[in-house]
Amino acid sequence: MKGAANGNGGITKLKTEIEGFDLIANGGLPRNRSTLVSGTSGSAKTVFAAQFLAAGVAKAGESGVFVTFEESPDDIRRNMHGFGWDIPAWEKANQWAFVDASPEPGEPLVVAGGFDLGPLLLRIEHAVRKVNATRVVIDSLGGVFSQLGDDARIRHELFRVGRALRKLNVTSVITAERTEDHGPVSRFGVEEFVSDNVLVLRNTLEGEVRRRTVEILKFRGAIHHKGEWPFTIVPGEGIIVIPLAALELKQKSSATRISSGNPALDRMCGGGFFRDSIILVSGPTGTGKTLVTTQFMARGDEPGARCLLFAFEESREQLFRNALGWGVDFAHMEAEGRLKVVCNYPESAALEDHLISMKKVIEEFRPHRVAVDSLSALERVAPLKGFREFVIGLTSYIKHLEIPGLFTATTTALLGGTSITESNISTTTDSILLLRYVELLGEMRRGVAVLKMRGSAHEKEIREYTVDGQGMHVGEPFRNVAGILSGQYIFIGPEGKPQNATGDSIAVMASERRE
Amino acid sequence: MKYLIKLYVTGQTARSLLAIANLRRICEDELKGRYELIVIDVLERPQLAEDEKILATPTVVKELPHPIRRIIGDLSDSERVLLGLDLRPCSGEPETLSGERR
Repeated sequence: MKGAANGNGGITKLKTEIEGFDLIANGGLPRNRSTLVSGTSGSAKTVFAAQFLAAGVAKAGESGVFVTFEESPDDIRRNMHGFGWDIPAWEKANQWAFVDASPEPGEPLVVAGGFDLGPLLLRIEHAVRKVNATRVVIDSLGGVFSQLGDDARIRHELFRVGRALRKLNVTSVITAERTEDHGPVSRFGVEEFVSDNVLVLRNTLEGEVRRRTVEILKFRGAIHHKGEWPFTIVPGEGIIVIPLAALELKQKSSATRISSGNPALDRMCGGGFFRDSIILVSGPTGTGKTLVTTQFMARGDEPGARCLLFAFEESREQLFRNALGWGVDFAHMEAEGRLKVVCNYPESAALEDHLISMKKVIEEFRPHRVAVDSLSALERVAPLKGFREFVIGLTSYIKHLEIPGLFTATTTALLGGTSITESNISTTTDSILLLRYVELLGEMRRGVAVLKMRGSAHEKEIREYTVDGQGMHVGEPFRNVAGILSGQYIFIGPEGKPQNATGDSIAVMASERRE
Repeated sequence: MKYLIKLYVTGQTARSLLAIANLRRICEDELKGRYELIVIDVLERPQLAEDEKILATPTVVKELPHPIRRIIGDLSDSERVLLGLDLRPCSGEPETLSGERR
């Protein structure tokens, strides 16, 4: 039997096989019980319900019965085809059965006296036996009321349906419409009948971006993760829940060092990056973040290592040309299968979809190193909360694979300053490299510093570096400048007196006047 | 004009028996000699209930003459049954039309 009683108080769970959902539900839906899935119109209730059955058939070899009160079976077969679910084939194979309770078009229904829903129960039982179903979907409960009128009698009958489902030893998903995303759980108060477990699907507009979430409101007698979890609907796959922080922090921590691709940088980091660390490279535009990325991809010096670069700012042509300018031949590396460069406009998809497709590429290419240039470019396509979830989702996924991930972040201020990306990602990163402009005696110079190196000693100096046709050359520390990180420089002149950036500052002039 | 009327019930419950009695009486009053009434117990024919999309019982389906009409309930409201079977003009006042044959 699947679905262990992992701290769920004796209630076993049925793995839904809906991607990501079983993680937030601590193993799945309570077995042999009914779960109400409530949501506004367009919140993907029917997709969730159909996927519950489809995933059961396709991934767990469990048959299902779909009771439909609104759409006709034909509509459902057609609408779900796009997710790659071949319902007619499953029906032929006796793995899927419909109970068609959808309204007949153009036929008025007259109610004359008392009635019961006995045939509905019988038909569900009959279908469950016919395909030997373990999963049942009723979509939607509100449809019963719109066909037969909102009546105390129907509530009583639905209560019977709920009881009968429990006796049938099936795990069921019952959908119900609600009028608002945040309000009463369902329109007709139907949750009373199946109130053991309630899921809420939401489709809200936040900062002009649609955001879908799923929340487990309650699992009576069983544990689950709290709060709203973003999900996305992918053609050919269906719903994918993004479990973010529910991913356990159980990856091993490696003491193996890898090269950043630049020996001097390695020395600054105390001997290179850790093999399974998340590295953030932060700096204003033009300081050389892409260069650090390129070195990280090309000069790792591990034989046979595959590297994967997600670029959101520059086109392939630009990236390849830039790399050549630093003595790195990306095209050659790609031809050898050592590198894969994926370029996308941040606006080409919602962040959740970016995350899904990035995970997929990582899964397929199985790289030894991953880089994203730049993370900040993705800030603009999602509300702050969504961006934070994306960053956590991506970094935890990469950490899970125990490979290094290098991300770049663009700071808005040319001198000093931090970025939104930095403040969101800094706690999840293991190492932070700062690239900064340093204005020195009327000249723009560049400095690099290691701000953080989790689990290791590192250099504290800010070193000057230059860039030429061979790449990055790290030189001596800036000895006579203070305040580089804040952008408020003070020069410590040869005689040990503070000067300002231009060399003939007020302070200097004042001291000259005094002399 | 021959009427074909089917009545779906779930088991021999009091409600089923009431519906059968009510429908027999209405048919005898209104359609004597020109109707066929078939009573179907869905407990014995669940697949038929599925094929005919029977949701509740008792359900009356008037299959002939067209159009098909469905009535749900124990049929204790005779006027609604007559309306549902197209045996009364739907917009008329039932009281003044009672007893009139078509």
